[in-house]
Formats: sequence, structure tokens, C-alpha cells
Amino acid sequence: MAKKPSTKKSTTKNNFGGLDKKLILQIHSHMVKSRVLEERLIKIYRAGESFFWIGGTGEEAWGVPLGMLGRIGQGPANDYFHLHYRCTPTLIAMGLEMKDSVRLMMNRSTDPSTGGRNFSNHYCFPKWNVAPVTSPLEVQYSIACGTAHVQKRVGKKAITIVTGGDAGTAEGDFASGLILASRRGQELPMLITVQNNKWGISTGYDGQHGENFIADRAKAFNIRARVIDGNDPIETYLCVQEDMEYIRKTGKPAFIEAHVSRLHGHSSATGANKELGEVDPVTEFENELLEADLLTEVQVKTIWENFEAEGVRATELARSEPVPTADSVWDHTYHANENADWRKF
Amino acid sequence: MANMAQAIRMALHFAEKNYELKDIFGQDVGAPLGGVFTATQGLETTWNSTLDERGIIGMAMGIAMAGDRCVAEIQFADYIFNTIDLLKIAGNTLWCTNGQYNLPMTVMTPVGAGIRGSVYHSHSFDAWASRLAGWKVVMPSTPLDAYGLLLACIKDPNPCLFLNPKALMRVRGEELLPGEPADERDLKTRIDAPLGDRTKWKANWPKLEEYLIPFGQGKITRAGEQITVVSYGRHLLVCNEVADQLAGQGYSVEVIDLRSIYPYDWQMIKNSIQKTGRVLFVNEDTEVTNFGEHLAYRATTELFYHLLAPPRVLAGKNVPGIGLHPHLEDNSVPQKHEIENFIREICAEVP
Ligand SMILES: Cc1ncc(C[n+]2csc(CCOP(=O)(O)OP(=O)(O)O)c2C)c(N)n1
Repeated sequence: MAKKPSTKKSTTKNNFGGLDKKLILQIHSHMVKSRVLEERLIKIYRAGESFFWIGGTGEEAWGVPLGMLGRIGQGPANDYFHLHYRCTPTLIAMGLEMKDSVRLMMNRSTDPSTGGRNFSNHYCFPKWNVAPVTSPLEVQYSIACGTAHVQKRVGKKAITIVTGGDAGTAEGDFASGLILASRRGQELPMLITVQNNKWGISTGYDGQHGENFIADRAKAFNIRARVIDGNDPIETYLCVQEDMEYIRKTGKPAFIEAHVSRLHGHSSATGANKELGEVDPVTEFENELLEADLLTEVQVKTIWENFEAEGVRATELARSEPVPTADSVWDHTYHANENADWRKF
Repeated sequence: MANMAQAIRMALHFAEKNYELKDIFGQDVGAPLGGVFTATQGLETTWNSTLDERGIIGMAMGIAMAGDRCVAEIQFADYIFNTIDLLKIAGNTLWCTNGQYNLPMTVMTPVGAGIRGSVYHSHSFDAWASRLAGWKVVMPSTPLDAYGLLLACIKDPNPCLFLNPKALMRVRGEELLPGEPADERDLKTRIDAPLGDRTKWKANWPKLEEYLIPFGQGKITRAGEQITVVSYGRHLLVCNEVADQLAGQGYSVEVIDLRSIYPYDWQMIKNSIQKTGRVLFVNEDTEVTNFGEHLAYRATTELFYHLLAPPRVLAGKNVPGIGLHPHLEDNSVPQKHEIENFIREICAEVP
């Protein structure tokens, strides 16, 4: 086993890891916002207003603390985020507005990530050092080593965070990342993470892995590694915080395998219907907060309703906005729109 | 005169000093070897990567994403194939992000046959590279062009691929690089690492100057009236030789060194074909879906009424590999006599 199970369970009942009430409620609010947004995206898909949905329902408890704890800003003095396509919760915690996710979903030219060129959840925000999410799985693990290499050179104790799925860890790029991050004397300041939802698309985790935990692979490279319950936002918050501090202090990588849910299947390609039998981290956490009297039913209802209303407004806005023009296909092939069309050479 | 390996080294040194080039890396690129072709000896920012081509390209993309310039080497183009999807991503990152993340990275890799390198030290990559939208792709035939093209690549804000013909790495040019000492031996003692212990050795660089060859700018290396021959890299020199030889027999051959594969100098090709009416494209990548075919297609469709003969492509045979025995290699990549025969044949055609 990679490591003893974390002792940071929020259910060491129930002072919520000693976190401040305001912070706890902020985590909850981000989680709800992310969920409402993703469910809105699914509705947009169902209404035939988008071609494809893939997203992060079930990863809220993991993703929100990650986004809250990063050092947000542009350039190598701040943290880099190399995310996969289930990271809406992280982006919400970083300040993503619903309308910008909806614009991406509805391929509007106003979509700040791709200008209507790429799928939902394929975010890109240079102002927050969010590297473009790619469809090819796992390539982010080696690319992330490059930003971490520059951060190490710059010396401002900024780190690179990389996320990805469990099935994809079979790709060589995952190993490339572990190796490049851990070379003795040249370790890179990286938080390397895997969100283990126990699924590829339809291929289950069992039968595809010989290692006990994916985190065990990181251990083999002397990377500090642990397995956490990524459905528990408090455990996640405390572990991520601790690991980020360790990385900033030592300049060395740390690894987290977070066990998470996949609440709407793989994507719209598999129906995007709510899965029964998976833990719902948002309602679980909400129930804990209600039980602990940190929230009332009325407050909870208002939080959800307000985000629902924001989602509706975002959809109406995106609906009214322009789409990419056909003749823009050559734009940004080269920097500064230098001509790339051979017909004009 | 510098050879191509020395010219590359000098370009990298110039870029370290003047373009804020901060990372030159790849397999065996750093000390003590300084690259399997010695092209990275004596530099300040070189380092040895892991033996992992995908790791090298991924790392380069990340460095570029963080805003720093880098040059990553793939030791032989034969081993670049497992990075193609990363190269595609590097080429589409600016486009996919609607202009937000440009990647100022250069990848250099030795290409082609000609050193009896057998199956896995002879691959070409120009045809494959021409399909990597978002990249600029160059291939020099002389040390001076290698210097000017590599500097252009490093300075460019886009991903650039510098294909160096490995058979030309030890070939000297006919022109000095700007700032290169005139005495060849002087250059050698200054910038070639000594054999044996190199731990205390430091290069003594000449005072080099900037020299940039713009992308998409070819060069007429032989002026002629009767036929246009378009090539690049190692085969360009062979085409020059053939043109000189045939000149003695009354042929007037115009040779164009394309230098830049994408973007490419269509205006130069077009003007030349409009004058000669005949054209041959020569390169050593395999012949099916070859870059020369694209140019021949274009010549046919755009210049049809100027043509006196069908445009032709002479390229490597579509075989799985370059065999080690000279009989095999020589019957796989274009040879001098084949170029000559093609030129004679095309010139003999009567419309
Ligand atoms: C390199 C690559 N191969 C295949 C695919 C198609 N594909 C998309 S998602 C997926 C499953 C990914 O599973 P996992 O890595 O566990 O991540 P999850 O989607 O479960 O979060 C596959 C096979 C892809 N996008 N990229």
C-alpha cells in the first residue's frame, strides 16, 4: 500500500479539520456552483445547443480545494495548472464565471478559452496560468515538467499542478512526467495528481492495473505520495495544502491519488445520465454542514437557486452571442496571424 | 570555413547571448559529449535529458508555455516518430487557444541517409513535417544557411523544426559566417572540444553577428533557362553538381534551394517555372505523399499553360527502410545519375 490512509478525514467528527467556518462555506458554495454549472451544460447538450459534453460532476470535493489553494496569477512566479477535462470545480474556485464555461460549451466566438474551437471543459486561461486542456490524454504530465523547470529557474517558490485520470496513467507520458520530475538533484516543484474514478470510458480499473495504488508508482521514484478520499473536501483541502507547502519548501514533487466519483458517466457519448451508486460529494458535504448547523435548509435552497439563476442568465447570454466565422479557420495558425495558407505564399 | 556542426554550435551560442535562449537539451546534448554530431559542444545552457523523446518534446512545450525560448534535440529523426502527436499539439496550441499560448520552441533533428546508417539512422522527416500545421520547417544545405535558419527558428515565436541533413554535418561551406575567423584551424581550436578530459575546457567563441534567413525564402543556387530543379538539404548539393556537369553539355539548369519547407517560396518556384516550362522536384523522403508531390500538384494546376513537360518528383522509394548494404541504400534514395537522367528526359520532352 502506498501509504496509511490519511488521518485528515473530516469525519474525525466533526470540526471540519479545524478549518474556518467562512472557508468551509466557501468550499461548499464553489462545489454547488460547479455542480449547477455542469448540470446546466448537460441541459444545453440535451437541448441540442451543443455537440458534446464532458465534465467534472463528482470531482467537486477534489477540484475546489485545489483551485482555492493555488497561487493564482500569470507567469512563472505563480502556479501553473495543467488540468484534464473534469476540472470545472478547480476553475470555479479560481474565479471562472459561469458564462465563460457556457460560451465554451456553446462554441461561441466569445468563449475566452478557445473561441468556439474546442469541446466543453477544454479550458485555457493564461491570466491564471491554466494551460490548455488537451483531448489527448496524459500529455499534460510531461508538458507540466517544462513549466515546473522554468519555475525552478525563476526561484519564486511557485509550483506546477497537474491532474489526470486513472486509466490514462497507462500512457507513457505519465511515466515520462514521474521520471522528469524526480531526477536526483534536479527534482521539480510539482504537485502530480491522479483522479481515480475507477473507470476509463467503459473499461473498469480492475483488470488493468497490477499496482495496488497508482500512488505506488510515484513512490518508486522517491516522490512523496499518498492516496486520499477525493470525495471529502476537507481531507482534500488539508492534504493539498500540506503537500503544496512541502513542494514550495523543498522544491521537490509530491503525488496525490484522489479517489473520486464519476457522477454522469464518461460524457454525453455515454448518455450523461446521473449514476446511482456513486457517492455524491456535494450532497454528502452539504448534509454534513446541515447536521453541524453550519447551514440551514433555507440557506442551502437559496445558494442552489441563485446559481441556477446565474446558469440560466449565462445560457441566455451565450445564446445571443456570435459564433466563429467560417473565414476565421486560418486565424492563429501562426503568431500575430502571419499567413499560414499555402495558397497565399 | 565552418562545417555544419560548427555552424549550428555557433548559432546556439549566439542565441544564448542575444536571444535569451535558456535551454538546449536532448539525449547526450550536454557535457561531456555535446551531441552525437558535436553540434552542442561548449555551450552554456545545454543539458542531458532522459532517454525519452516524448519527455523531451513535452518538456520543450512546457518551457515555451512559461515564456522561455528553448532548443530541444531529437538525436536522430528516426526516433522522432513516437512524438508526432505531441508535435501536433505543439503546432495546434496557438490555434486551439484562439491565439493565447504561442510556443517559441525549436526542435532540431538530424535527417536523411548518406552515412550508411541503415534502417534506423536514415529516415527523412520533411514530408511528415509538412503536415504539422502550425510549425515552421526548415532544412539547410550549407553551414551558413544552417546558421541563418537556426537563428530564425530560435527567434520566431512559433514552434520551428530545424532538420539538419546528417550527411552534411562535417561538410564545410564556401562562405564565412558573419564573425567567423577566416582560419579554419583557429576556429577549430576555439570551439571544438578536445579529445580526452574536457572538464576544464571552455570554448573561446568568436564574435559572431546576427544573420537571419527569413522563412519562406528560397535561394537560386544555379541560374538557368531550360529546366527548374527544386530541392533542399543534402540533395540540393547533388543537384548543383549535376547542373554544373550538364552545363558542359549545353544544358541550362536552374537550381532552387528551397531552404524553408513550410512556409515555402512559391513565388521563386513560380517565376522560375514560368521561365523554363520544366520542373523536377528532388528530395529523399519516401515518394508516396511526398512534399514534392504537393509542389508538383501546385505547379500542374497553377502553371499548366506554362509547362512544356509534366512536373516530376524524384524521391526515396516507398520501401520500409534504407538497407545497410550500399546496393540497398543507393537503390532507395535518389542518386546523382538518376537526377541527371530525369533532367535529360524532361528536357527531351516535346509538347
Ligand atoms: C491518448 C488518448 N487515447 C484515447 C482517448 C479517448 N478517451 C477519452 S477519455 C478516455 C478514458 C479516460 O479515462 P481516465 O484516464 O481514467 O479519465 P476519466 O475520463 O475517467 O476521468 C478515452 C479512452 C483520448 N482522449 N486520448
